[in-house]
Amino acid sequence: MQNFYLGAWSSIGKKFLMGFTGLLLAAFVTLHLLGNLTILLGKGEAFNQYAHALERMQWLVVAMEIGLAAVFLIHIVAAVFFVLGNRTARPLSYQKVATAGNPSRKSASSATMIYTGVLLLAFTVSHLKTFKFGPGMAQGYAVQLHGETVRDLYRLVVEIFSNKWYVIGYVVAMILLGFHLRHGFWSAFQSLGVYHPRFTPAIRALGVSLAVALAFGFVFLPLWVYVRSAQFGSVALHPLAAVVHYFSGVAQ
Amino acid sequence: MTKPMTLYLSIWRQPNAKTPGKLIQYTVTDVSPAMSFLEMLDQLNRDLVRKGETPIEFDSDCREGICGTCGLVVNGIAHGPERATTVCQLHMRHFKDGDAITIEPWRAKAFPIVKDLVVDRGAFDRIVASGGYISVNTGAAPDAAAILISKEMADLAMDAAACIGCGACVAACPNASASLFVGAFLSKFALLPQGQPERKQRAQRMVSQMDAEGFGGCSNIGECEAVCPKEISLSTIARMRRDLWKALF
Ligand code: HEM
Ligand code: FES
Repeated sequence: MQNFYLGAWSSIGKKFLMGFTGLLLAAFVTLHLLGNLTILLGKGEAFNQYAHALERMQWLVVAMEIGLAAVFLIHIVAAVFFVLGNRTARPLSYQKVATAGNPSRKSASSATMIYTGVLLLAFTVSHLKTFKFGPGMAQGYAVQLHGETVRDLYRLVVEIFSNKWYVIGYVVAMILLGFHLRHGFWSAFQSLGVYHPRFTPAIRALGVSLAVALAFGFVFLPLWVYVRSAQFGSVALHPLAAVVHYFSGVAQ
Repeated sequence: MTKPMTLYLSIWRQPNAKTPGKLIQYTVTDVSPAMSFLEMLDQLNRDLVRKGETPIEFDSDCREGICGTCGLVVNGIAHGPERATTVCQLHMRHFKDGDAITIEPWRAKAFPIVKDLVVDRGAFDRIVASGGYISVNTGAAPDAAAILISKEMADLAMDAAACIGCGACVAACPNASASLFVGAFLSKFALLPQGQPERKQRAQRMVSQMDAEGFGGCSNIGECEAVCPKEISLSTIARMRRDLWKALF
């Protein structure tokens, strides 16, 4: 019991949980982006097929969803209690606060983890409502794919991201994700006790690259759908052609 | 000779742990750039005593940067602006004539204020007493090279043992965490053969006591490493976590 407490709920135990679940979430988000890149291929068949392939896994995908929800929940609960505990450790703040600079890693990213985290939670709830629990075949979002009727998730994506307010919201949320991971990625390794004079700088660099790549990818997709749908309604076009067309339109 | 300076100080005054404190303004004149920061405060105190006021209470002992007794937060930075320097070894040449300087005590629930700038760091002693020792008989001093210890290990252990227990890590940490202190303390034993028999139990006990004292947890921000007068590395915190992890199974 004593060991269970130390491992899961001491100040260090909570960081074990947060580091482990944080890395799993980062892995999920990476796979999610890779899957979403199918939006750029063809006229929506690739994306719908990808979405349908996931649905066809049935109980397996449900099991993974439950696992992911549990991981997310553990991350949040540990993070909230961890931060609340830290708040009580300094009842009276300094009148003057400064950073001592290098090698300190205090930054806009490391000092705001709980804020970016809470905003990411709000985003996740809205995101699931929009897409996962959004309109499906029953509401007419159906399409023929290789002789099968499947959910036309692509149409929903295009419709949602032709609304500039959705696009703005997603761009902001995904920049917050970048901030969370810029500190979070290396921090997770440190929390799990992984430190090495040579590899830790590499892990930090990898974390920054991952944060930038994920934020860039997730910002690019809604922007791209928006730009294209603004130009052509929901008519699909090859991505490159759409970009060229957009800029030639801007130039005129 | 560089000319003497006048400085405008805001210093935390608090009569005791129960009474709330506040920043009080003082002007100190004739400060020589060759003085240490504490000598500058001594001079201010001499002036206060002459005026019949109560001098400002602050801690110091060796004034050589080796004992860990001194500790002030100077303009928001524990031990002041110089890297790897205790405040007793901080010299006034790093300040300019007319500078405004805010001086506060270490702030943490686990370090209650005794008076003015003096805090009670007994929490560190209790963490050490909980398991920061070797109770097995390690025998007399071994013959040279009878127990082989690599140069790398000896260096790392020595780096960790350089901790003077001043508490700047706690003062600088946004979470008031004592992780760097405990990490350094565990590391100096964990890296040497004599520390192995009680290694796991030591980690369990010291971490439990650290939490019980009311210190915060570590967010891996690293302000501690940046203010540490002995430049103790965050790697000691990772080692503490590894040791705790291993102790669980
Ligand atoms: C896509 C979602 C998320 C990802 C990929 C993610 C990832 C991470 C990672 C990798 C860490 C580093 C863990 C460590 O330092 O051991 C972390 C820390 C943290 N996360 Fe998240 N997280 C996500 C969502 C959230 C949410 C919803 C919250 C909200 C409450 C949250 C709050 C925090 C906090 C407060 C920390 C740092 C605490 C500290 O060390 O002071 N995260 N996150
Ligand atoms: S008084 Fe001993 S370290 Fe400063």
